[in-house]
Amino acid sequence: MIPAAFEYVRPDSVEQALAELADPDAKAIAGGHSLLPLMKLRLARPSLLVDLDGLDLRGVSVDGDTIRLGALTTYDELLFLDASVPLPAALRDCANAVGDLQVRNAGTVGGGLAHADPASDFAAGAIAVGATLVLQSPAGTREVAAADFFVGPFTTLLKQQELLVELRVPVRGERSAYVSFDDPASGYPLAGAAVCGDAVGLTGVAAHPLAAPDVLDELGLDDYRRHLVTVAIDRARGAAR
Amino acid sequence: MARVEVTLRVNGEPVPLAVEPRTLLVHALRDELGLTGTKIGCDTSQCGACTVLVDGRAFKSCTLLAVRLNGAEVTTIEGLADGMRLHAIQEAFAEQHGLQCGFCTPGMILATADLLARDSDPDEEAIRRGLIGNLCRCTGYQGILASVRAAAEASR
Repeated sequence: MIPAAFEYVRPDSVEQALAELADPDAKAIAGGHSLLPLMKLRLARPSLLVDLDGLDLRGVSVDGDTIRLGALTTYDELLFLDASVPLPAALRDCANAVGDLQVRNAGTVGGGLAHADPASDFAAGAIAVGATLVLQSPAGTREVAAADFFVGPFTTLLKQQELLVELRVPVRGERSAYVSFDDPASGYPLAGAAVCGDAVGLTGVAAHPLAAPDVLDELGLDDYRRHLVTVAIDRARGAAR
Repeated sequence: MARVEVTLRVNGEPVPLAVEPRTLLVHALRDELGLTGTKIGCDTSQCGACTVLVDGRAFKSCTLLAVRLNGAEVTTIEGLADGMRLHAIQEAFAEQHGLQCGFCTPGMILATADLLARDSDPDEEAIRRGLIGNLCRCTGYQGILASVRAAAEASR
């Protein structure tokens, strides 16, 4: 399968990338492992692809009691972080749950969140650990809580001319973990729960990843899935470290 | 659609290519360069038959755009052996019956190369997990597990 034809640009600054994204048919590409399969199926047909590879949005740093994850940091990089970075265990578990070795080499934390798959592993973790997402547009930057970022299937607060540039993870020293029950064929979670202290992030069970557990009764879940969520939360609490 | 000039390093040699932006790496390798060792299996980034190394890490080449890889070092199965001398992983797959039809084997071997580069002594669970993105419909995987273990021992 071959994607429909498109124009390609590789800007070397966020500002240039945002300018290119003024085209309403333009799409930004990071790891590409969500977007390219959609383009091959022609479910996505951007006329312009804005390659983010040239942007300086990679890497992890610790800034006081905040861990800053560049949006282009790959899942694999999170798994092989220097031991001095106090990354919450839940985020490590989530990164480890994504796809397979090859997909984790390509997939980026920012790309995955911006794609907003309703069954995104990493989104559950970002919500549970209370991550703040930094969104940059020509108007400036704004900060949004991960729990508020997702608004529907594959839909977020991001505007067309706006990029998720950084995740800020507070270091609270709380125990955390992520547990999911995966569809054996797709690998995507039927239900996944990240816990961090008392906070819970869920994925796979609603139109988008969300903070829980207060909302569980409102989701209208089938019995089996409701059961899976409850067990996933319990097991994540048991695995928290 | 205008073509874009890129230069990849493929198996150690610089390769200038004029590609459409939509050209997938696997098609550039197979159709433009004749490197047909890289297989197209599912074409949906699940089976891993198209796995190659890019800058030493394993990727599914059906889900990479060649235009994005200007300057990257790409290693395919054709680039692993040293002349007629097989790479230790290739040797291990041959010795341990890590293949039957062979279609998944180039991808298995290159994913194994990445796996062993991070973990020189993986246990069975680590091998199974490391190769979860590579499907084999012949062997039942036992021979592949034995091959990866043998390759790890030979490489240490």
